Amino acid sequence: MNKTCLNSQHIELGGKMVDFGGWEMPLNYGSQINEHHCVRNDAGMFDVSHMCVVDIKGNSSQDFLRFLIANDVKKLTSKGQALYSCMLNESGGVIDDLIAYYLDDDFYRLVVNAGTTEKDLDWISKQSEKFDVSINHRTDLAMIAVQGPNAISKTYLAIPGTEDICKNLKPFNAVSVGSLFIARTGYTGEDGFEIILPEKSAEFTWKMLIDTGVKPCGLGSRDTLRLDAGMSLYGSEMDDSVSPLECNLSWTVDLNDKDRKFIGKEALESLRSDGVDYTVSGLILKDKGVIRDHQKVITNQGEGEVTSGSFSPTIGKSIALARLPKESSGECNIEVRNKLLSAKIVKPPFVRNGKILV
Amino acid sequence: MSDIRDDRQYTKTHEWVMYNEDGTFTLGITDHAQELLGDMVFVELPASGDEISAKSEFCIVESVKAASGVYAPSDLEVIEVNESLEDEPELVNSSCYDDGWLVKFRSGDLGELLSYEDYQEVVDSE
Repeated sequence: MNKTCLNSQHIELGGKMVDFGGWEMPLNYGSQINEHHCVRNDAGMFDVSHMCVVDIKGNSSQDFLRFLIANDVKKLTSKGQALYSCMLNESGGVIDDLIAYYLDDDFYRLVVNAGTTEKDLDWISKQSEKFDVSINHRTDLAMIAVQGPNAISKTYLAIPGTEDICKNLKPFNAVSVGSLFIARTGYTGEDGFEIILPEKSAEFTWKMLIDTGVKPCGLGSRDTLRLDAGMSLYGSEMDDSVSPLECNLSWTVDLNDKDRKFIGKEALESLRSDGVDYTVSGLILKDKGVIRDHQKVITNQGEGEVTSGSFSPTIGKSIALARLPKESSGECNIEVRNKLLSAKIVKPPFVRNGKILV
Repeated sequence: MSDIRDDRQYTKTHEWVMYNEDGTFTLGITDHAQELLGDMVFVELPASGDEISAKSEFCIVESVKAASGVYAPSDLEVIEVNESLEDEPELVNSSCYDDGWLVKFRSGDLGELLSYEDYQEVVDSE
């Protein structure tokens, strides 16, 4: 298995190590439920160095990205501004979801998923052949996500010099502080930073954050946090065979510039005119129990399937995202271990900034 | 390194059984089992008075990760269930041998149970 530069830290902190897409990562450091509460109520951090940072440089960087991804980087006008986008294949299916940062006219940065790194890099490289760009997979960089209502203030305490530069940083924007690239982004529904930094600085930075009381959190809590924040996970809500229109990501597709050609545009336009039959909705279980992936859902409009099922420590109930027939609403039944359990269909997110919305 | 107590007996399916002075038995799941399952969120227990046959699944412990059956070591009659687990399922993680007990029961013949050394071997071989 691959190991990140923080591997020894995880083991020292009592991390329960598991194989995640070929990487040895901490599932939790004792209790994933406590870690979840810590992020919602205070500050927790995740080693996300297994994710892939790709720098795109060259005169045609903007043209290339306007072709490569479904959201339009042209609308990023101030340096450090970012957007969330899907990268599509010719049939309109999602190859990956990613964040793209505009750093300069000839320099953009993409952050893509760990599990799809090889597939993404091959695709990006192939698609870049016709453009005047260089593609650089930054294997020298690590990434730490610090999340929670106290994440930013604790980061300022842990890393001197960041407060002055970051205090005006808006959400979905990034700025460099020396060799640290600090983005006000996250995958938990809480405020916080995702810090991209040289591998050789990662252990020291991690330890400084621990000293200010930021709790190390593993992949178990990362999944329950993103789920109750209503965020999609590549491989669950979407994959190569699912278009953004079928997984509530239409908002990430920018069709404003009629002249912009991007990969998958034609397929999406015909899907749009035909109409899609399924969308992704939220489910909250009324009974005791836990909804699991792939369980059958029976709604007032027909059958669907759970795409991500788990338990929300914040709500104290089991929740899920599910692909359901369009217009499904109200109560539904979920087939759980040969029993039918009752659930309510809701619009995600379930929780935002610590508040339960459903 | 999971904790195994020497004051009780075990099953291959990771339950522990302890003899009580009043002739009843108490049952729970082992440290090895709770560690594998992770944070518990629900525990489904039988009712007091239920008659259960040997080897049948008579409780379910459900963690964020998975649901797992708990099996009766022998034919038994449930006398009492741990009501605290309704509001505090996490007791099964934090105190699997004490406050996280699942049921108290009466049984005519417990049959063959594992000693704590035998159970250590079961755990080591997994």
